Amino acid sequence: MSEPGLIVVIGGGHAGVQLCAGLVVAGHGARVHLVCEEPELPYQRPPLSKTFLKNPGEGLQLHRAEAWFGEAGITVHRADPAVAIDRAKRTIELKSGARLPYQHLVLATGTRARRLPHLPEGLCNVVVLRSAADAERLRDRLGSVSRLTVVGGGFIGLEVAATARALGKAVEVLEAAPRLLLRSVSPELAEHVLQVHRASGIEVRLGVAVGGFEAEGDRLRALAVDGVRHEIDTLLLGIGAVPEHGLATQAGLDCDNGIVVDAFMRSSDPAILAIGDCCSFPEPTSGRRLRLESVQNANDQAKTAVATLSGQLAAHQALPWFWSEQGSLRLQMAGLMPAKGVRHLRLGASPASFSLLHYVGDRLVSVESVNAPVDHMAARKLLESQRSPAAHLACDPATPLKSWL
Amino acid sequence: MPTIHFIQADGSRRELETPEGASVMQVATGAGLQGIVGECGGSAMCATCHVYVDDAWAGQLPAPLSNELEMLECTASERLPTSRLSCQIKMTAALDGIVLRLPATQQ
Repeated sequence: MSEPGLIVVIGGGHAGVQLCAGLVVAGHGARVHLVCEEPELPYQRPPLSKTFLKNPGEGLQLHRAEAWFGEAGITVHRADPAVAIDRAKRTIELKSGARLPYQHLVLATGTRARRLPHLPEGLCNVVVLRSAADAERLRDRLGSVSRLTVVGGGFIGLEVAATARALGKAVEVLEAAPRLLLRSVSPELAEHVLQVHRASGIEVRLGVAVGGFEAEGDRLRALAVDGVRHEIDTLLLGIGAVPEHGLATQAGLDCDNGIVVDAFMRSSDPAILAIGDCCSFPEPTSGRRLRLESVQNANDQAKTAVATLSGQLAAHQALPWFWSEQGSLRLQMAGLMPAKGVRHLRLGASPASFSLLHYVGDRLVSVESVNAPVDHMAARKLLESQRSPAAHLACDPATPLKSWL
Repeated sequence: MPTIHFIQADGSRRELETPEGASVMQVATGAGLQGIVGECGGSAMCATCHVYVDDAWAGQLPAPLSNELEMLECTASERLPTSRLSCQIKMTAALDGIVLRLPATQQ
């Protein structure tokens, strides 16, 4: 095994911290610098749209305690983002002016929230949700307002909508597409999600065009929705995220909807790796380029990068899986939704519980589960082992899905 | 602060002090304890923070809720009557000294 030199990791999200954890286990902790834009130590992001918003007293869940970083020998640079990469000298520059040399650099820069292009930044009642600071702003506002408008019917928008509804707020969701979760789930699952949210009292409007705005000072007063003036109390923008690859672009690395990496997480400069939400990687089965925004992807690409940095190349081939909690809905997805597939319904233990099994020909490629965690876990194992029970057998609710393993 | 005694599958032991109110999974991952993964961050979605509660302590924990019971069917190591997901165990003063055994594998 080759011994790596100094490793600088840019980004303290799930991918960055899991990479650190893996490097410590591999015995390389003392060679690592972790560069964080935010002042906090790396924290769990999934609770930010749920329990963190609900409970004013809830703090951040840190991935690792401060003492762990110290004992592992990792130097953490907080509130000091990287501003430039000098590939020729193999150094990066931080906002504070500090320069860090590297033998290997890992970009785990994540994404930033997309904004409405015509809407100015800095409006006091318009929020996005990426960071702890965003979540605190949103929590403060939810404490004092009675109405929330969400633009965007994706995972973040719907999770926050359900949380705000559970807090007793009047909630509306405005989605430009003809259905919810267009990029993420099947039409059948999206329809179910829509019905559940509407039944909980959330007003969901699909296929709407959000146009002009009216502001007074630093406050958004109204949006034009389908050309009609629509008053806004608090607005959450949940319209997706864009990969944060500014540093990589400046440094001349190949970028195309994310930092382009190979199956070992190496960018077009082999001394620089990229992992997690910010990178575009070759999807193992099809070879086409893919960028995923998920905790699983961050964790598994961090593992691949640890192997690469340790000189033990192992191509990334983890099964993608996702989850989203929206009020009473526990959604769990395994595998990638096929563009053209045949869907089969497997009923669960209660009317609120089912799974959709997606086949391409005879091959099981993806499973979406609603309030059916046991079936989700079985589906992950089936997909990982590339087993495809016949659809009529896999959908027999009397037979546990895991019995086909 | 309450203390948790962890016993690894190989018999090695580690004690961790915890703030009250933190989950066992948070304490374990925060300290980088090998044997607890907690991939989903405490949402009872991944079953990778499985522990066996020592018999003497098993009766002192609140009973698991339905989502924990469901996920306990999905653990990578054998489920025993004393199996719990450590993300669902909140530490209190009454649990000071609790003994938890870690399974051989979580994934």
